[in-house]
Amino acid sequence: MPARLAPYLLAAPLALVFLAFFLVPMVLVVVVSVFNYEAYQILIPDFTFQNYDDVFSSGVTYETYLHTAKFCVIVWLITLVLGFTIAYFLAFHIHSLTMQITLFLICTIPFWTSNVIRMISWIPLLGRNGLVNRALMSAGVVEEPQEWLLYSDFSVILGFVHLYTLFMIVPIFNSMMRIDRSLLEAAYDAGASGWQTLWNVIIPLAKPGIAIGSIFVLTIVMGDFVTVNVLGGGQIASVGKAIWTELSYLQFPPAAANAIVLLGVVILLILALMRIVDIRKEL
Amino acid sequence: MPSERRSRSFYVLATIFALFVLFLYGPILTILVLSFQGPDGGLVFPMRGVSVHWFVDLFQPQSIGDIWGAFDRSWKLGLIVLVLTVVLSFLAGLAFRRRFKGSTLLFYVVVASLIMPSVVVSLGIGALFELLGWERNWWSSALGAHLTWTLPFGLLIMFAVFNRFNPAYEEAARDLGASGFQTVRYVILPIVAPSLIGVALFGFTLSYDELARTSQSGGALNTLPLELQAMQTNATTPVIYALGTLTTALSVLVITVCLVAVLILQRRRAALGSDAGRGV
Repeated sequence: MPARLAPYLLAAPLALVFLAFFLVPMVLVVVVSVFNYEAYQILIPDFTFQNYDDVFSSGVTYETYLHTAKFCVIVWLITLVLGFTIAYFLAFHIHSLTMQITLFLICTIPFWTSNVIRMISWIPLLGRNGLVNRALMSAGVVEEPQEWLLYSDFSVILGFVHLYTLFMIVPIFNSMMRIDRSLLEAAYDAGASGWQTLWNVIIPLAKPGIAIGSIFVLTIVMGDFVTVNVLGGGQIASVGKAIWTELSYLQFPPAAANAIVLLGVVILLILALMRIVDIRKEL
Repeated sequence: MPSERRSRSFYVLATIFALFVLFLYGPILTILVLSFQGPDGGLVFPMRGVSVHWFVDLFQPQSIGDIWGAFDRSWKLGLIVLVLTVVLSFLAGLAFRRRFKGSTLLFYVVVASLIMPSVVVSLGIGALFELLGWERNWWSSALGAHLTWTLPFGLLIMFAVFNRFNPAYEEAARDLGASGFQTVRYVILPIVAPSLIGVALFGFTLSYDELARTSQSGGALNTLPLELQAMQTNATTPVIYALGTLTTALSVLVITVCLVAVLILQRRRAALGSDAGRGV
């Protein structure tokens, strides 16, 4: 085959998958969001802004977004600090490559196991008769089992941190490993303290990793419904869960309108973070 | 700076790291232990005896739901996704080594697919099949949904691999008269093989555990994660922990096989790196 055509033929299968299962469906989400619906006919072609009107006129929408935003900010802060600390430890305090790879793998292995199981596994720990409550009561810290441990904002946030800190560690670690070690020595020779080196040398150079990690964590938390479902126990609201609930009642058009609004918010978030980083250069 | 004495900050950070690892693994170890709960035991501690009662229970036909049907669908789907992810990512990875029209656009589409909220992707694919009047199935709509999740990982890994790939090997092959196909088959493929195992690992495990994108695209028959989520809401016995232990064991088995395969490949490479003069 002619060499000029080769890249097109090689990329075509992948491109076709994304065309059929990503681009077309995304366009359809936009299209369906102006459709009408009835109980027995879930998609009626139409051109109405009723679904958007419903989204924006409902007070629940704003509450849900506010609640989701709260999750985003808290989870982002925790995963950022924790992820940065772990990445810093692996990159600058572990000097042998084998050890670095081993410890890094220890952090990543849970990522390849089931998220649902990892969420469910908090239940025997945090439940009314769970380990934590037992420990607290036998230590005399509390008199009664604490109800806020499970099926609460707390357990949802804990679940997010548990599942997604890795998404911070990996890109930040990647950025840190590219920092020229002689820069640190230069900072030391110039009389910088440890904190000064961290603040003025390492953090600025790790910024691309921080931005990528933030994009991952924020977009996941924005759209999540599984964690909120399993660890929120039906009480906790989030944007993703609102969409999921509509879908489970087969209300596609309102779910699509909601999804478009969510997408708008997510895109704004990403654009803000992309100003900091060119993803493609970071691989 | 290896000779430097370990500072106090090392120990502080090492403690944080150890606690983080405990935080990562602790919960899953609890349900691992609880899955061996005695026949009279409940969903929480204390253990009332130790038994494999709940594992046996899993295999009884009266157990809730269609666990084995779900398991059957999930591992088959995982294998299909694995093969497609490895092949498509490798080919596209080769394509991206040269600039071509639309390469930037395709790259951004792939990244967008990775960070797109899963519920939106799921909704879109559900709507597509609904409008076409096609039935949603694990091997059609759910397969597509899984690929939108695994292929970005596969392609990004291939990018990382080819960014570090020394083109001198190919140039040498070309100078020696190898055709394009021969260069790929005998030079590039063996060099990137360990990374392809990595892609396979991502392909299988991400698909096998995928839930969010499958939720609207899976059709009437559940995959294992969907079944687990459904079971979780009305679980009253440790049978769900037994299932959790089994599925985690399978994931860990796959991870181990992949890591061992990478190690073996690297050993072989170190031992038999040069095939000069052997006329391959």
